[in-house]
Amino acid sequence: MIKVEGLTKVFPGQTIPAVKDLNLEIKEGDVCVLVGPSGCGKTTTMKMINRLYEPTGGKVYIRGEDHMKIDPIKLRLDIGYVIQEIGLFPHMTIYENIATVPNEKKWPREKTKEKVEELMHLVGLDPEIFQNRYPTALSGGQRQRVGVARAMVSDPPIMLMDEPFGAVDPITRARLQNEFLRIQERMSKTIVFVTHDIDEAIKMSDTIAVMNEGELIQHDTPSDLLSAPADEFVANLVGRHRSIKRLHLIRVHEILKEVDRTEPLTEDAKKEEVEKQLEDSDLRTVIVVDRDNKLKGVIGASDLKRKAGEVAGDYCHEVSDTVTDDATLNDALSVMLECGVGYVAVVNEDEMYQGTITLGDLLNVVREDS
Amino acid sequence: MDQLLRMIVDLLMTLGNGTLLSTQNEARGDLRETIDWIIRRSDRILDLMVEHLWLVLFTLVIAIVVSVIVGIFISYYETLAQPVLGVCQVLMVIPSIAMLAFMVTIFGIGFTSGVVALVLYSLLPIVRNTYTGIRELDPAILESAKGMGMTERRILFKIKLPLARPVIMAGVRTAAVMMIGIAALAAYVGAGGLGELIFQGIGRGHRPMIIAGAIGVSIIAVAFDYILYYGEKRFSVEGRTREGN
Repeated sequence: MIKVEGLTKVFPGQTIPAVKDLNLEIKEGDVCVLVGPSGCGKTTTMKMINRLYEPTGGKVYIRGEDHMKIDPIKLRLDIGYVIQEIGLFPHMTIYENIATVPNEKKWPREKTKEKVEELMHLVGLDPEIFQNRYPTALSGGQRQRVGVARAMVSDPPIMLMDEPFGAVDPITRARLQNEFLRIQERMSKTIVFVTHDIDEAIKMSDTIAVMNEGELIQHDTPSDLLSAPADEFVANLVGRHRSIKRLHLIRVHEILKEVDRTEPLTEDAKKEEVEKQLEDSDLRTVIVVDRDNKLKGVIGASDLKRKAGEVAGDYCHEVSDTVTDDATLNDALSVMLECGVGYVAVVNEDEMYQGTITLGDLLNVVREDS
Repeated sequence: MDQLLRMIVDLLMTLGNGTLLSTQNEARGDLRETIDWIIRRSDRILDLMVEHLWLVLFTLVIAIVVSVIVGIFISYYETLAQPVLGVCQVLMVIPSIAMLAFMVTIFGIGFTSGVVALVLYSLLPIVRNTYTGIRELDPAILESAKGMGMTERRILFKIKLPLARPVIMAGVRTAAVMMIGIAALAAYVGAGGLGELIFQGIGRGHRPMIIAGAIGVSIIAVAFDYILYYGEKRFSVEGRTREGN
């Protein structure tokens, strides 16, 4: 989809090239993450793809076509573009912001409206509530969602994203990342993603391109990068704690099937049932769901002693946090550590209970893998 | 603005001297005389006010068009910015009477001389504010606009100018108020307006005439500033953050 050959950029007035003889091939539907320290040329490389910077030397082929032969405006209209600062237009409403590219392409109004609303739903912003607001009335995470919606609204086959989740807090970032991966699963865009955060790179990517001082050091799948770093620089970048980084690579739903755990109790289960399961379970806790299979809470041994009641619903207390089934094992681990318990309940997008994973499960995964 | 202030101060001093020399009764007589005169000649005063306003409005429109275009131009050609702003600066420090007299040598006595001089005076505030207004926009906004495939023309009209408008309008306000003051002097070259009252009054030693002219100019200046300020606030979207307002 994107093929980069001998790409070089020397900025005027400088002798050292910002990007030096870079070769890279990105397959259709892949997320390729460019990662490296500040000033390594990753952003420069990305900006040469949509010709915000004109290459000094070398070629970029988009679907086999030399991109210098495509009109830059046309080229950019078909490449989604998201940057860290988002750059929403403060004098336009959210709707107008997202409709930028359709307006540039002179779409009929009906089509634009339909697409904008579809995209707002996709990124989890209710058009009814948000479309007439101005960017200043939105939180950082919401603005970033608008940025992504704006880039995707005309359904461009390629997206360029420069540290798109860099400016939000870690919790929002993890949520945005997971949402983005869910969207990507459906849309299968070819994405060039720039970040300096190796954990984000491992989590988001199909392939990782490690850059340093304008040169490409290694281009590999995250798993290969972790197991066979090309040189010391890459090894240092991925760090010593590789088994922990591996947890970024695996999603909760992937191991949920293998984990064999007793079914949760419904809230109207008898007290005896609760006691029995409490003894049998390796969690030392009983998960309680309501009739719709929504997570209701958990019952620990102390709950049984302290509270009185007939059925499970009377004893249970709420859990402080859960993970979604598309979260990574690393997310699950951090929730466990955060809550100070050895397990975490997994729910899906609609908060339906999916299962529970424990610290032991994570240990098993790491052991099998290495 | 300076000229206007200086003029008012001068007038007050003339008035003050007069009152000091005369007795209180005479001062009271002065005031009554002025009011009587204003009422008696209100038709002429109004006519001259309209003429003054027309001169200022006409000039302001030309000045805005010229200055905004120049401002946009130098925002694209950075190397020209300092020389152009320098020239505007020089134009503004030329004494107004000298400038008007100079215009007469080119355009002759009349409206045109006044208009050209006023336009030259108002270049600096509008050009400078247009230039800085555009230059100081958030680079991320412009980068994302360009990266999404907007043409430079569309970026200018849809992004740069709307966002720089509050700053440009501040320049326009400065220019307008300044212009109203200098326009009073333009009567000297036959461009009409309230300046006629003032100059005639000085010539004939007719105090009520001078006061009427000065008050008229002040009223127009304050009203203009007020209208431009609130007009801009109303149309501005910067403050609009929640839905519905």
